[in-house]
Amino acid sequence: MARQEKPVDIVMIGLGWTNAIMGMELASTGLSILALERGEDRDTMPDFVYPRMADELSYGVRYKLMVRPSDNTQTIRHSPKDTAVPYRVLGSYLPGTGVGGSGVHWNGHTWRPLEEEFRLRSYVTETFGAKTIPEGMTIADYPVSYDELEADFDMFERVAGISGKAGNINGRIQEGGNPFEAPRSGEYPMPPLKRTYNDVLFDEAAKAMGFHPFPLPAANASQAYTNPYGLTLGPCNFCGYCERYGCINYSKSSPQVCILPLLKRQPNFSYRTRADVIRIDLDKARKRAVGVTYLDENDEEVFQPADLVILGSYSINNVRLMMLSGIGEIYDPAKNTGTLGRNYAYQMNGGYTLFFKDKYFNPFIGAGGNGQCMDDFAISRIDFAKEGFIGGSYINAAMTHGQPIRSLPLPSGSPSWGSGWKKAAQEWYGHVMTVGSHGSNMAYRDCYLDLDPTYTDRHGLPLLRMTFDWKDNDVRMTQFMKNRLKPLMDSMGADVVQAAFKEPGAHYDIRPYQTTHNVGGTVMGHDPKTSVLNRYLQSWEVHNLFVMGASAFPQNLQYNPTGLVGALAYWSARAIREDYLKNPRPLVGA
Amino acid sequence: MKPSLALPALLLVLAGPAHGAADPETVARGKYLAAAGDCVACHTAPDGRPYAGGRAVESPFGDIYSSNITPDRKFGIGDYSLEDFSRAVRLGVRKDGAQLYPAMPYPSYAKISDADIAALYAFFMNGIEAVPQAAPKTALAWPFSMRWGVKFWNWAFAPEGVSAHAEAPDPLGRGRYLVESLGHCGSCHTPRGLAFQEKGYGADDEHFLAGAEIGGWPTPSLRAGGSGRGLPQWSEDDIVEFLATGRNRFGAVVGEMELVITHSTSQLTEADNRAIATFLKSLPAHADTSAAAPAAAPDTAQRLTAAKVDVNSGERLYLDNCNACHFVDGKGAPPAFPPLAGNTLVEAESPSGVIHVILSGARLPSTPRAPSDIAMPNFDWRLSDDEVAKIASFVRSSWGNRGDAVTADQVAKIRKEIGKVKPSAAPDVK
Repeated sequence: MARQEKPVDIVMIGLGWTNAIMGMELASTGLSILALERGEDRDTMPDFVYPRMADELSYGVRYKLMVRPSDNTQTIRHSPKDTAVPYRVLGSYLPGTGVGGSGVHWNGHTWRPLEEEFRLRSYVTETFGAKTIPEGMTIADYPVSYDELEADFDMFERVAGISGKAGNINGRIQEGGNPFEAPRSGEYPMPPLKRTYNDVLFDEAAKAMGFHPFPLPAANASQAYTNPYGLTLGPCNFCGYCERYGCINYSKSSPQVCILPLLKRQPNFSYRTRADVIRIDLDKARKRAVGVTYLDENDEEVFQPADLVILGSYSINNVRLMMLSGIGEIYDPAKNTGTLGRNYAYQMNGGYTLFFKDKYFNPFIGAGGNGQCMDDFAISRIDFAKEGFIGGSYINAAMTHGQPIRSLPLPSGSPSWGSGWKKAAQEWYGHVMTVGSHGSNMAYRDCYLDLDPTYTDRHGLPLLRMTFDWKDNDVRMTQFMKNRLKPLMDSMGADVVQAAFKEPGAHYDIRPYQTTHNVGGTVMGHDPKTSVLNRYLQSWEVHNLFVMGASAFPQNLQYNPTGLVGALAYWSARAIREDYLKNPRPLVGA
Repeated sequence: MKPSLALPALLLVLAGPAHGAADPETVARGKYLAAAGDCVACHTAPDGRPYAGGRAVESPFGDIYSSNITPDRKFGIGDYSLEDFSRAVRLGVRKDGAQLYPAMPYPSYAKISDADIAALYAFFMNGIEAVPQAAPKTALAWPFSMRWGVKFWNWAFAPEGVSAHAEAPDPLGRGRYLVESLGHCGSCHTPRGLAFQEKGYGADDEHFLAGAEIGGWPTPSLRAGGSGRGLPQWSEDDIVEFLATGRNRFGAVVGEMELVITHSTSQLTEADNRAIATFLKSLPAHADTSAAAPAAAPDTAQRLTAAKVDVNSGERLYLDNCNACHFVDGKGAPPAFPPLAGNTLVEAESPSGVIHVILSGARLPSTPRAPSDIAMPNFDWRLSDDEVAKIASFVRSSWGNRGDAVTADQVAKIRKEIGKVKPSAAPDVK
């Protein structure tokens, strides 16, 4: 029999970006709010403090801030015909855990999607014809438009404190920004970060070829900044320990820096760590959530009653928890039934590495959001009918760090050990810059998530099973980027230019790090037959359950997801505060 | 004039052991005044229940433990009448007649008005929870164990009664009342005489708030009028910001003042903090702190950015340990990171404060207006006495700062006082 805790009005599962936002935005209602976080408590001091964080082996290689696969992992396979096996060593993606979630260890690339990405299926159909969408591709429109979310993007950017340069303010194109972005209501809260040498080189070369370079929108403060909650960020000093690390300097936007100090002051908010939620409990009719069950630090089962449940854990964990709770029907690709687990998507990335004998980049001067970008090959700027694919990329010349273990790229053919390697390392360290292509990934009928029939976690609960592989459409997209970028790369005067893009026939490889942008599985939509959540991130099945995060994306953007994740949290919080709490019910008639 | 104990009849209604029904407005006013008096800071043990006492207040004669001032009848002050309460707060005399030690700032509280005393009483009787728990007994060595001796101290030093400015409508008068009475700022900021008395208890005395040293921390002069370095450079707005948030463009709070910001000044209205600022600006700075500031020395930044910095120099240690937040120009990035250039703590006559901060780190209080509790890590585990001395000497003499050099012995002494190394910032080695 589970121990029962005192009921609360609102229970939140996870305490990363989305539930920090949710807690703050709902605190004014006076309702009692409790966050349950599976990991440990974390704060800048003492957990991220200088110089503890500058430990590449602990944090960069051994993933000290990430979830441990022995605690929670997934099984992975390429197709429904294969047998999935567990992801035992982190590689391809790195889910966070603990207070702050993945908002602690990210780099801070904070984008707004294109207007076209919000209505992708309609855009493609109207512009290029329905036949452009290949058999088996299950892309969909978001049930919310860019215009509806503009104020929420603005709020998230001001709370997080983003450094950047607007390219389109209310339809007026701004010099130095991204001219292809969706119109913004105002400038970024802070000017861009200081430019490094790679930024300048890329900027000059791109402009010379008629492209439109601009600084990456960075969640790294370019100056001291106080956000709308009265919380303060300090200027980033380019220490070069950003992704995979907590920020030593209050410079990288995180729940810890941007929200939690104020949230913790709210008398009606509390949180418990080491509280691993294993189930959302429903009433007998299975129409209402009555609370959640979690395992505490001693693995004792605890029932926490609540009137409203906000699920805001890591995206793939959201999907699993819905499945373990039996909320909705698990997707079956063969029969094409069920919605839970449908439309899992990832990110199609590629890139060039440029080696210059005569240029030195001081790569240890880096910031997670340091980069010069261009959006000339965005989704909105490609003729899909002509090119034979749907998708796009933003291009990013980034320099984030020069950490010794993982940042010694050498020209191919260099010796990989011994004195030959040492010589090559000496010759090339610091003489390298990269230009990446960060691309969309469409959703497909046979890319999805369900529960593994064989493997369980240490509590005996089934692991989430991921069925995913690269598809021709997305490989053609990344090959397009490779070919279009080639002349620009060749123009930059490097001694060696190396390309790394997925080639036709490529399969998903879980070993090398690619990105922690796992999306879909509890997608939002207009139709309960093909989506799990309505336009307010409210469960179609259980109206007092809202699900945050990128698991709501119907396919992946060409951009990093956090900007949209943050905006959707503000959008959903407003609907809950101003509408749902006054009259709890399904906010969209099914 | 000694404090008036002849209270208006109206207020006596509140008195007596049956202190059940005070009106909520008076209780709320009392709560605000208790914040202005920062009662909770001394009367709460670290991690203890509010107002239950037990915090050790250091004095040259030994630790003096604060008492339980919750309305518990056995362990607290639940059986105090308004008159008993007034005598304790304003005269330092307990209900049983015993004399309190002047660690309780009754020489300042003597200036509290009758109305405010009554509101405070209403709050302590009705606004907080009774905690049935005894505070530790203070046991000073002879002759200080003889509490009656304090009566002679009172006779010699305790100041006059209720402030003439208690009901002042103007900011200057209001500020004077708050600073001299409830705020008891002089407890830390006024230099002390041979009998440990404050050398001045009011604006009329030139020693009042002229700066001192307490518990190993230099306390700056609060005489903010005139020109010169330190507070005279702060505008009224700068003072208001500091009182509300513990930080401004000149520095960030450290040491005991952190408790004052957290529990007292950050809880005050903007108008009251502005009144305090107005009053402090009216006190002329002394000549020794108001000498013209030397021209800024841009060469510090140049020296730091030059590629050749000796590996064991203060410059190099600064670059490796401090520069990430305080930068080569020493200007920091307020309100996140305080400047070191022109910082009153850094260039104080006594280096003990800056040494303390380097060794132990510091953490800004979270306040309603500035909730970010930004922390500087401790460097005690990482830097030797000699290295701390080099850094302290460097920051005290750079960017135009005028502090004397620091020796490794001075650092060793403070390291010993602080005690055990705090492991918080040290890397985990397993």
